[in-house]
Amino acid sequence: MIQKPEIIVIGGSAGSYSIVRKILASLPANFSIPVVLVLHRLKEARNGFDESLNNISKIKVTEPLDKQRIAASQVYLSPANYHLFIEKNKTFALSISEEENYSRPAIDITFDSACDVYGEKLLSILLSGANGDGAAGILNCHEKKAYTIVQDPAEALFNIMPNAALRLFSPHELLTSDKIIELLNTLNQK
Amino acid sequence: MSGKIAEIEEKDIKSILDNVKLTRGVDFNDYAQSSLRRRITRFFEINRIFNVSEFNAKIRNDDKFAEFFINEITVNVTEMFRDPSFWVFLRDKVFPDLIKRPVLKIWHAACSTGEEVYSMGILLKEAGFQNNIRIIATDLNQGALDQAKTGIYKLNNQKLNQKNYEMFGGKSTLSEYYSKNNNEVTYDSNLIKNVKFQKHNLVSNNSFSVFDLIICRNVLIYFNLGLQDRVLHLFNNSLTPESYLGIGSKESIDRTRAEKHFSTISFDEKIYKKI
Repeated sequence: MIQKPEIIVIGGSAGSYSIVRKILASLPANFSIPVVLVLHRLKEARNGFDESLNNISKIKVTEPLDKQRIAASQVYLSPANYHLFIEKNKTFALSISEEENYSRPAIDITFDSACDVYGEKLLSILLSGANGDGAAGILNCHEKKAYTIVQDPAEALFNIMPNAALRLFSPHELLTSDKIIELLNTLNQK
Repeated sequence: MSGKIAEIEEKDIKSILDNVKLTRGVDFNDYAQSSLRRRITRFFEINRIFNVSEFNAKIRNDDKFAEFFINEITVNVTEMFRDPSFWVFLRDKVFPDLIKRPVLKIWHAACSTGEEVYSMGILLKEAGFQNNIRIIATDLNQGALDQAKTGIYKLNNQKLNQKNYEMFGGKSTLSEYYSKNNNEVTYDSNLIKNVKFQKHNLVSNNSFSVFDLIICRNVLIYFNLGLQDRVLHLFNNSLTPESYLGIGSKESIDRTRAEKHFSTISFDEKIYKKI
């Protein structure tokens, strides 16, 4: 049974944006758990994505600055063309180092550093995508006792990403997007 | 981490960094821990190093190995005109003010392999700002500086560079500025004729001159807050009043000693003016 996490990290690529939009539209204004979104995006599309998410979200969506402290009741969107790390003191750290899994931001990087810091207090979710980024990272989260959810590949628009994770391990939950949204909405009451 | 090599513990990182400092005089202790740890793990994987004592012996005895390590830890990933809107702002809002000065001195701090130095050369050329400009470009990594001096880059990267250049509103095409040979391109050395390259480590070296503009983009992100504070203090000491500082678009001078010495010219582009 899932406990109330201290932080939620959601990774996704192709086919995940509409789910992320549905998630943000559904979360109540008083949803206090910080949410970190690591989504593959066009490098040069630097602006506009956070605004478009803000339009539908009741919780404020921002792209974090380097060394910014993670706060309650915030949605953080990893900036285009940067990797997003979480430091032990619960601040963000950015990097423009090489792409991993052909991706920057790489989902693996945020998952790896988040589970180092939060361990079992972390909820990791991996959504639809057309490459294997995030699979090794969510496995690492699972091994460090984080709660792990993978989108059901049968429902995912692109199943490569969830399938890559499922080849490595069995997550705590394999859910359709509607069930993921339902579960997230129970967490605030816990 | 998800490699074949076991995760490196925190105490091992400390041992590695202390040894590098002791044997090579380069201090990474105040680098941001999470990304540093990932780079060290990556270095261990690439070089098939299985434990810290093996590493410590090699860093002491093998100069090539040490050079490669320092090269790998310092991130040398950059683009020409990275964040085009930053360069547009410089060209349209900052240079019209700067160019009135009799002599204009620019410092590219931690210039890595020099892409932004060439970007600046192109900006200045296209805007017709070429007289009385002196530029110093520094990095701690000699290999990166050597590459910057030659202006030789991978052909592959030019597609992205060209895209950035177009978004910057360049007057020509980038290929006007380089010649092609196989999988490489060589940028026109005229673009850097006002540039002096020299070795300088922001972590351990002091201010060495004063400037009208300092560009140091996506370098502070690799430092912890304490080191960011020291480096921004160094920049403050290296700028004349009314001079400009440009950092990475996701970096910030908040929560540092330098904050009160600067006014924000552009929050989005992270361009500051010394008060």
